[in-house]
Amino acid sequence: MIDWTHFTPWSSLAGGILIGVAAAMLVLLNGRIAGVSGIIGGVLRPARGDMAWRLAFIIGLLAAPVVYRLMTVPSPPTIEAGYPVLVLAGLLVGAGTRYGSGCTAGHVFCGLSRLSPRSLAATLAFMLSGFATVYAVRHLVA
Amino acid sequence: MNAVCALVAGLLFGIGLIVSGMTDPSKIIGFLDLAGAWDPSLAFVMGGAILVGLIAFRIARKRRAPLLGGAMLLPTSRSIDRQLILGSVAFGVGWGLAGYCPGPAIVALGAGQDKAVVFTVAMIAGMALYEAADRHFHARRRRRVPRELSDVAGDG
Repeated sequence: MIDWTHFTPWSSLAGGILIGVAAAMLVLLNGRIAGVSGIIGGVLRPARGDMAWRLAFIIGLLAAPVVYRLMTVPSPPTIEAGYPVLVLAGLLVGAGTRYGSGCTAGHVFCGLSRLSPRSLAATLAFMLSGFATVYAVRHLVA
Repeated sequence: MNAVCALVAGLLFGIGLIVSGMTDPSKIIGFLDLAGAWDPSLAFVMGGAILVGLIAFRIARKRRAPLLGGAMLLPTSRSIDRQLILGSVAFGVGWGLAGYCPGPAIVALGAGQDKAVVFTVAMIAGMALYEAADRHFHARRRRRVPRELSDVAGDG
C-alpha cells in the first residue's frame, strides 16, 4: 500500500539529480568519490595533502541547510527515535559504514553509478537489514 | 581550487539531500517500512542520482586524470567479503532505527536540530571506534600501505 500523502516523486527526483550533479562534479573535477562516510573517515585517518578537499566538502554539507533557508522555508523533520536509540543507531551507522567501506552516498549514489558489484552487494545488505529493522520496530515490538 | 570545488559539491550535495526529503528521518523510515504505508520517494532520489552518476562515472573511467589535475582515485577493491556485508548489515540496523545515514546526519547537524546533533556525535564516535579497532588489529599490515593511498580501496 502506497503512502500517497507523503510520497514526493518530483522533489525527490529533483533532489536526486542535484546529488548526482554534485557527485559528478567531485569525480570529474577532483577525481574523488562523494562518499560521506569515506570522506569523514579520511579526516579521522589524516593523510598529508588529503585534508583540504574533505573538510571543504563537509563544510559544504553543514552550510547546505543555512543556504537552503535563504531560498525557502524548509518543513521541519520528524525524528521519532528517542535519545538512547539515536545513540545506539549512531554508533551502528558510524562503525558499520566504515567497516563496510561506504554508506548510501558511496555505495548507492556513486557505487551503483559505477556499476560496481561490490556496492550492489553492500546496498542489498543494508537495504534488507533496514527493512528488517523497521519491520521489527514497527510491527513486532510496537 | 580543489577545495573550492569540493565546497561547492558538498553544498549542492547537501541541498540535494534536503530537496529530496532524505534529511527527514520519517521519510527514510517510511521507505523502509514495506509492511506499513510505504513511501517510495527514496527510490526516486536514487533514480535521479544514478541517472546523472552513470554518465559521470562513464566519463571518469575513461580519463586518466580529473580536470583539476592530480589522480583519478576510483575504488579498486572488487571483493565481496564478510567485512563489506557485516558492516553494511550493521549500518542498515542503525539506519532503520534512526532514519539517518551519514550525509543527511551532517546536514541536520548544520541545521542544529538537537536530536540530529546527538545522532551525529554518536556516529562520529562509531567511526572513531572503527579506526581505533582497525589500527589495533591491522597495525602490521597498515605499515606496508602508503598512508596517502590507504583510502583508495574504500568505496565511499
